[in-house]
Amino acid sequence: MPTDVENWKSEVYGSEIRDRLFEFAEEGYDSIPDDERDAWFERFKWWGLYHQRNGQEGYFMMRIGTPNGVLEPGQLRTVGEIADEYARGPGVNPIFGDAYADFTTRQSIQLHWIELSDVPAIFEKLEENGLSTQQACGDSWRNIVGNPVAGKDGQEVIDAWPVIRELNETFKGNDDHANLPRKWKVSVTGSADGSGQGDINDLAFEPAYRAVGGGGSGSGDGRDRDGDGGESEDAVGFNVRVGGGLARNEPRLARDIDVWVPPERVPDVAGGLSALFRDYGDREDRYNARIKFLVDEWGAEKVRERLQEEYVDFELETAGRDVREEYTYNAGEGERNDLIGVHDQKDGTNFVGLNVLVGRMGADDVLELADLAEEYGSGEVRLSQRQNVIVTDVPDDTLDDFLDEPLLDHYSPSPSPFMRGSVACTGTEFCSLSIVETKNRQVRFARWLKANVDLPADVDEFHIHLSGCTASCAQPQIADVSLRGMKTRKNGDPVEALDVGLGGGLGEDPQFARWVTQRVPVDEVPGAIANLVESFAAERDEGESFRAFVARHDDDELDAFVDPEETDYEDPLMYNTKRTWYPYAEDDSMEDAPPTPADD
Amino acid sequence: MTTRLRVLDDGAWISVNDAREVRVSELWRLDAPDLCECALSDLVVENFQSVGVDGPTVEVRVYGQCIACGVSGTTGWIPVGRVRGGEFAELDRSAVRRVRR
Ligand code: HEM
Ligand code: SF4
Ligand SMILES: [Zn+2]
Repeated sequence: MPTDVENWKSEVYGSEIRDRLFEFAEEGYDSIPDDERDAWFERFKWWGLYHQRNGQEGYFMMRIGTPNGVLEPGQLRTVGEIADEYARGPGVNPIFGDAYADFTTRQSIQLHWIELSDVPAIFEKLEENGLSTQQACGDSWRNIVGNPVAGKDGQEVIDAWPVIRELNETFKGNDDHANLPRKWKVSVTGSADGSGQGDINDLAFEPAYRAVGGGGSGSGDGRDRDGDGGESEDAVGFNVRVGGGLARNEPRLARDIDVWVPPERVPDVAGGLSALFRDYGDREDRYNARIKFLVDEWGAEKVRERLQEEYVDFELETAGRDVREEYTYNAGEGERNDLIGVHDQKDGTNFVGLNVLVGRMGADDVLELADLAEEYGSGEVRLSQRQNVIVTDVPDDTLDDFLDEPLLDHYSPSPSPFMRGSVACTGTEFCSLSIVETKNRQVRFARWLKANVDLPADVDEFHIHLSGCTASCAQPQIADVSLRGMKTRKNGDPVEALDVGLGGGLGEDPQFARWVTQRVPVDEVPGAIANLVESFAAERDEGESFRAFVARHDDDELDAFVDPEETDYEDPLMYNTKRTWYPYAEDDSMEDAPPTPADD
Repeated sequence: MTTRLRVLDDGAWISVNDAREVRVSELWRLDAPDLCECALSDLVVENFQSVGVDGPTVEVRVYGQCIACGVSGTTGWIPVGRVRGGEFAELDRSAVRRVRR
């Protein structure tokens, strides 16, 4: 039997939702008939609007999809102005105030407390400035991710930015691909650092070399070549992987389907695979409706066969020689684990990665950053998959002045490792799936760890990701320390707790974290991390990375290192924050929930 | 009178007659020998899998974890409340819930 969601989608979905959305906005929130509300909320996701959780009736999260995290000159200002004008609601966050933008792990932007009546004006302003919320949520092509500095990165093998732009133009608002069984997440990376995080996407294009002219020549499959001087005949394109993803206790790495494509064929292959998912994905069971499960069932070879037979009209090439052994991003050791700090661009200028703790930035700061990007760079800003921002095109001669700007005291290009490594999802503040409070908690954790814990002197990165539930929006499984929302009892009372996983990361051989310690009460988590770091410092081999250290211990040994403990860290939100209308409100009980916003 | 029941937002909610009534993240005491070996499971409700009705009783199947023993899994049908005259009343949160056999 098709699900409710499939029924709703078969009635109205895709671009046509917009007209009704605007009518409801005009006539007021209450004009959505009660018995159609669930259906419309589901459909609004396709236009980037996600209804916030209970107690916040009538308020929406709005996601702006910025392909590859690229904000062209002026666009960050637009985001800041919209946040300032519209992203204010009855709940005020004690750390971040009441108008802010969240930079996300998929290089998008989220605003909260959006009222339906403001949507047409917001869309108009976004679209005038080349921005859009289309397909930012919902069952379709989501925001395409990649190395955020595509086209500029000194380490680039191939410029993926034109490819991403073309995919975005082809598959946003494309009726043939508008209604998929589930979300469809694509990554295209052209640099040799792995920063597109292709391994955890439904579909990944990764840079690879291949002998031109197809399978005919003696060397055959380009991947086995040992680079004996023949590189000049090689064309640069992409190898294709399919079926990665982290959600629901079922993490998968994308699987190699033995296909290489030149850049001009990427839309054909990407469209073929998205059509294959559309036609063969499971529409009866949403939990099973990701392509990772289809790849489990079919195997990579059958995916390739079907793609060749039914979805492309040219001969697919076999995979080329990849550059995975050069991957550094989130690899746990070496340089460029992230894109924070000053790095060379191809054109001789610099890009400067700034740390945004848990990805949240107040509207005032967003606007100030937009000013600085104009003053010192080209006005362009880019977003990374670690919830950080990158100012591009900063020339050498003004670099030092830029680095001296006071705003960079808060968004540092050289942050402490615990600030730098923090990633957190939305959590109980707004998200209906969450089990625990997340963003502010991760800020408190990072501050406490910075003040109380010393990493070994040669370790300058340590990634801690906190996700409020198993959906894994903060990508916890690819962190050194993975934290995931749970509940436990402490002295008999239910309290918020976290599962602790260790040793995840990407790089040439990606590894998901092993969940070694379950259900640590949240107030004991900083102590647990402190004890873990102490054991690591004491017992590591000379120069050993944390990830390697984890790899050579078994789960019981690691569980013993974690050792939860109360410290002077205090957690004000131990109780069930989901029972509040807003966990940080003074009067936080459901009875004090604000009324649905009045139409104005 | 028919009761409209839905699982929303990928398992975050149970909606009854178009109102979002039951949500994830609670701890439920459960008599559920199929889930784990505890005399009484202490279940973190992580995800609603399906919703149905048995007479006036609204029932759900839930993915979650028993924090007493650490087992994760999907339960059988568990009552979450009753509908009378179109109005939904949620079971008391501290109630022990029994899986339908
Ligand atoms: C109101 C806030 C949010 C809700 C309700 C939500 C919902 C979900 C759900 C239901 C899943 C699991 C999907 C699946 O089965 O594959 C998921 C996964 C994920 N979401 Fe979110 N999400 C929210 C915010 C975010 C944010 C801020 C980001 C960053 C762009 C994000 C990125 C991701 C990622 C990276 C995954 C990972 C796993 C995968 O692809 O398998 N989500 N989210
Ligand atoms: S991981 Fe869970 S709690 Fe966090 S934003 Fe995603 S769905 Fe919400
Ligand atoms: Zn049990």
